[in-house]
Amino acid sequence: MGTILEINNLIISFDGFRALNGVTTKVEKGEIRFFIGPNGAGKTTLLDAICGRIRPQQGSIIFDGDKNIMHYPEHKLVNIGIGRKFQVPSVFTSLSVYENMEVSVVNDRSIMASLFQPITKAQKEKIDDILDLVDLKDYCDKKAADLSHGQKQWLEIAMLLVQDLQLILLDEPVAGMGRKETIKTGELLKSIAHHCTVIVVEHDMEFVRDYASKVTVMHEGRILDEGSVSQVQNNPKVIDVYLGRGGGNCA
Amino acid sequence: MTTKNFFKTPSSQTFLIIVLLLLIAPLFLSVFRINLLGKFIAYAILAIGIDLIWGYTGILSLGHGVFFGLGAYAMGMYLKMEAAHGKLPDFMSWSGLENLPTVWAPFSNPLSLALIVLVPALLAFIIGYLTFRNRIRGVYFSILSQALSLIFVVFFIGQQAYTGGTNGLTGFRTMFGMPLATDNTKYILYYAAIFLLVLVYLYCHFLVKHRLGKILVAIRDGENRVRFSGYDPAVYKIFVYVSSAVIAGIAGAIFVPQVGIISPAEMGIIPSIEMVIWVAIGGRGTLIGAVIGAILVNGLKSGISESFPEVWSYFLGLTFVIVVIFMPEGLVGLVKKYASKITCPIKKRKATEKASSVN
Repeated sequence: MGTILEINNLIISFDGFRALNGVTTKVEKGEIRFFIGPNGAGKTTLLDAICGRIRPQQGSIIFDGDKNIMHYPEHKLVNIGIGRKFQVPSVFTSLSVYENMEVSVVNDRSIMASLFQPITKAQKEKIDDILDLVDLKDYCDKKAADLSHGQKQWLEIAMLLVQDLQLILLDEPVAGMGRKETIKTGELLKSIAHHCTVIVVEHDMEFVRDYASKVTVMHEGRILDEGSVSQVQNNPKVIDVYLGRGGGNCA
Repeated sequence: MTTKNFFKTPSSQTFLIIVLLLLIAPLFLSVFRINLLGKFIAYAILAIGIDLIWGYTGILSLGHGVFFGLGAYAMGMYLKMEAAHGKLPDFMSWSGLENLPTVWAPFSNPLSLALIVLVPALLAFIIGYLTFRNRIRGVYFSILSQALSLIFVVFFIGQQAYTGGTNGLTGFRTMFGMPLATDNTKYILYYAAIFLLVLVYLYCHFLVKHRLGKILVAIRDGENRVRFSGYDPAVYKIFVYVSSAVIAGIAGAIFVPQVGIISPAEMGIIPSIEMVIWVAIGGRGTLIGAVIGAILVNGLKSGISESFPEVWSYFLGLTFVIVVIFMPEGLVGLVKKYASKITCPIKKRKATEKASSVN
């Protein structure tokens, strides 16, 4: 399959505090990779670094074999195939579900195109297909503000899917969801992974167990362990810093 | 956007009615009132521009008086040169100037009227580029825009010999050879103002009805999401800021010959905030709300100030508070709410009929 993302010895510090302290990992194509760890382990910081919100002091992030994406401006990442979903659902609440998708689907994002190039038929079909996938087709004309929490999360994922990405970064996609919604989101991730790599930061251990192909456990800015779910679950160090202590509210 | 669609939306229909009323207004009102109404139309043009940047894009500029003032001064300088008949404008000789300053030289040529839009555009571009590129937003941008307004007022007052100081520019006589004091010219200017209002409305309507309008709203709702959807929000914000500044400049230019004076008082912080209040009262993010708000508030202002000059500020402040608390979407939002209450049952019935016929 090949490697889609290669992170080498990443170091990020804020005012002397090392949020990431030498993180090295590789993500293979088609994986659903979970990053877990207690609060402050550096998971979200890692996502922020991958998508250009934070500039690392040291190290490198190589995407798709040869692109060093550390110096890419955020708005150009979509063009090379990286999309990011935020922890708090961030959809455009005053626009309808369909308009949210319309804004996301286009490839030419210049002012001229947004005035003179209407959505093509193929793009319309793509929007319909993906809204179908996330069960939002019946809500096309509904304002995004009126959707439930779960539906907003799915809409945001749908907005990523419509962009033909190679790598999707999700920050706690099931936070605040009920069991049913969580399962639905998990199944959605599985079907996404057929044509796209997914990186997820998550707290919900049950969700991790059910859907991760590989798990990276982080602690205090370092990688503690990496492997299959059962492998990391049996690692005494992991149990000590994370599963053991935080297990009560995470499991 | 076809013309057919334009007349379909309730807001455009309302705009059409307003324009028709304005067109026939000279049949009912004295030339004094028409002149006053022409001034309100200038304000309405300005308000549309503010709605574009604030209502749609969510950028609260509290310094739009500057762009209005720059357009107005460009027009004023041209009229002043015309009134001076090749001599030095009167206030310059009072301040002891003997030669025409270089900034004034181009204004003897009608082509200089292009500066009405070029100067606001350039200023907005520079400020927009520096702020939006550096992701200065929210209240920080508002404060900055307010500082801009303050700087310009202080500058224009300070440079008395060049700008006419606190008194501003006045004493215009003719425009393209037409004497400004005659009724005939006043009617022409009034209709010119309506024409510009229609033009600006159509331009903004064109912007917001296309995908660009959705992107502007998206920037208001979640700039980060827009950025990670592959757009550079700064580009769109600069575009909107420049558009809005140009519109303000046009408004200033049609204001001056009708009112006969432009002074730094018109570009200060307080008028700039008042402009925002018009839009808030009319209804943000609707275009038509801005037009209604500007005309209505200014109409009330002249009505109330004529009889009770001292209560106007209190009245405006109170209205603003009431609007913010009880109708955050302004008058247009209020009408929409009640309209949907009336039409909703009909729509629902139609929808169920449709559904049952499909089954």
